[in-house]
Amino acid sequence: MAGLGKEYKAGEVIFRQGDTGNCMFVIQNGEVEAIAESDGREFRLRRMGPNDFFGEMALFEEETRTATIRTTKPTRILSIDKKNFLGGIHEDPSLAFRIVQTMSHRIRDLTDRLARYEQQQ
Amino acid sequence: MVEGLELLTGKAPKPHKGEAMALEDGSRIAVIGAGPAGSMFSHFFLSMAETVGLSVNVDIFEPRRFCHRGPAGCNHCGGIVSESLVQRLATEGLSLPDCVVQRGIESYTLHTDVGDVEIATPLQEKRIAAIYRGNGPRSSEPVDTQSFDGYLLDLARNRGARVIPRLVTDVRRNEDLMTVHCADQFSDSYELVVVATGINSRLMEMLENETAEFARPARTKTFICEFHLGRDVIRETFGPSMHVFLLDIPRLEFAALIPKGDYVTLCLLGDDIDENLIDTFFSSPEVRDRFPGGVIPGHVCHCYPRINIRAATPVYGDRLVLIGDSGTTRLFKDGIGAAYRTSKAAAKTAVFHGVSAEDFKNYYAPLCRRIDNDNRVGKLVFTFASLVQKSRFARRGILNMAANEQQQVDGPRRMSGVLWDLFSGSASYTDVFLRTLHPAYVGTLLWNLVAANLPRGAGRIGRDAERGDDHVRH
Ligand SMILES: Cc1cc2nc3c(=O)[nH]c(=O)nc-3n(C[C@H](O)[C@H](O)[C@H](O)COP(=O)(O)OP(=O)(O)OC[C@H]3O[C@@H](n4cnc5c(N)ncnc54)[C@H](O)[C@@H]3O)c2cc1C
Repeated sequence: MAGLGKEYKAGEVIFRQGDTGNCMFVIQNGEVEAIAESDGREFRLRRMGPNDFFGEMALFEEETRTATIRTTKPTRILSIDKKNFLGGIHEDPSLAFRIVQTMSHRIRDLTDRLARYEQQQ
Repeated sequence: MVEGLELLTGKAPKPHKGEAMALEDGSRIAVIGAGPAGSMFSHFFLSMAETVGLSVNVDIFEPRRFCHRGPAGCNHCGGIVSESLVQRLATEGLSLPDCVVQRGIESYTLHTDVGDVEIATPLQEKRIAAIYRGNGPRSSEPVDTQSFDGYLLDLARNRGARVIPRLVTDVRRNEDLMTVHCADQFSDSYELVVVATGINSRLMEMLENETAEFARPARTKTFICEFHLGRDVIRETFGPSMHVFLLDIPRLEFAALIPKGDYVTLCLLGDDIDENLIDTFFSSPEVRDRFPGGVIPGHVCHCYPRINIRAATPVYGDRLVLIGDSGTTRLFKDGIGAAYRTSKAAAKTAVFHGVSAEDFKNYYAPLCRRIDNDNRVGKLVFTFASLVQKSRFARRGILNMAANEQQQVDGPRRMSGVLWDLFSGSASYTDVFLRTLHPAYVGTLLWNLVAANLPRGAGRIGRDAERGDDHVRH
């Protein structure tokens, strides 16, 4: 009974690439993978574990989800709704600091991958 | 001239000729009290200071050991960490560990004399945490759990704060520094003193007696007790739901039973809760019906802590700031959330602006004013709630509206949302109040007031009615 968030079994999809959404998710325990789907094939972008978050883009823009998120083991996930988050950063902009920092790491990671991919071509 | 706690006991500070009163590498901060406000201040201050490359020493004075069971380790509270705070902490990377969360709450059940209704969390998800401030009630068995305050203190410690297990008895201004004196004659000087003692502390009384312009927070007496029922009974009778009572008992503003592990916490808030009021509460059938066999067991632990009902003034001075309950908090709800907000605002001011009264006035006081203004609206909301408590007609309408909404799969849940935010403290009072002015809310409520009070609809409303229970009370 203890523990926060919602429980998911291994292999459950939290959301799919192309879905619309208005919340971000923070992993309480367990693990998920982010998957990009293209031409019916799946590419794993990254794995994420406790305290990691995903789906943050939905907090800032109205676009659809850019990747599918699927659990790799039993996982508990807490959702963060847009209203609470935006209300929070309105009062305290530093609340967004960790998200900005992580997004910056992810951009760096994707840039590195793109560079490696271009070299291989 | 900046208003503030300028003349706090002892010598007045040297007039500072416009130079910044900023912390530098090697500066020292004394944080008095390691409740949520003191520990969160220390944690956020040290992490922000690290980001800007500032090296400051933080000493936290706290005589209490949160690993103790019973009153010795406990900061006396209902132990609900609100939905909004749970989310903000998770966003900060501070997801509450399972060993701290005694139970995840996913619904509120409202009990009245005209029926009960269970209001589920909008996402069928546990987003409210029931925690222990210490390490569990008196005489509880050692289990694999951790105190919430202990967890926060560990966060501060891991960031580099030093914990000094001493009771502070005096704070004096000493030219350009502040000196902290302890019960055992220990004393030390600091560039900034952060008062986070809560309101049950003698230090606040001392500050008020010795400082003409300072008024400590206004307080009123509350009641908390713990019942040992065992995990299985709690799962069956309470489930992952917090049980809130809307009863016509004078001076009672809020009553809730909060399930946690093997225990259930009862929390009564209102105007000077006393034994008479407690007896009246226990003798009401709505309360007795909650317990197995309708019998209220003896409690294993109880206390009458005070709660802050009006902020201290002023809440800052040169090199001095009051946070959490010692300064400003939310009326009756989400005190831990207010401790988070005020501690973070004070930490940001100290790191990025300075520690003069002017700095706190410009960057810290606006948040306190916002909370105070919202509390004024809160008083209005509680006055309205008291009227509802007194009117069976109104209770029927409100319960009917919430019960109807809970049966719908889709559709707006205006009353459920208002009640949810009011019980959980997840939204500001102003936000809740404004939602009750929405024409659709008013219209639907009027309709429900009529429908629920028509002779044919005058039985019990909500869960009992759904289950077909026949104990209709009129
Ligand atoms: C009955 C009741 C129920 C409540 N329920 C809830 C709830 O469910 N959810 C919620 O969010 N809030 C609740 N609150 C409010 C909540 O308890 C407070 O808002 C919160 O504890 C404030 O934190 P704080 O750190 O400011 O003060 P405190 O938690 O009071 O901590 C102060 C600390 O300072 C230490 N201290 C005191 N004096 C000294 C000294 N002289 N020297 C050194 N250390 C000292 C104390 O030992 C203590 O550890 C409730 C309050 C009451 C009274």
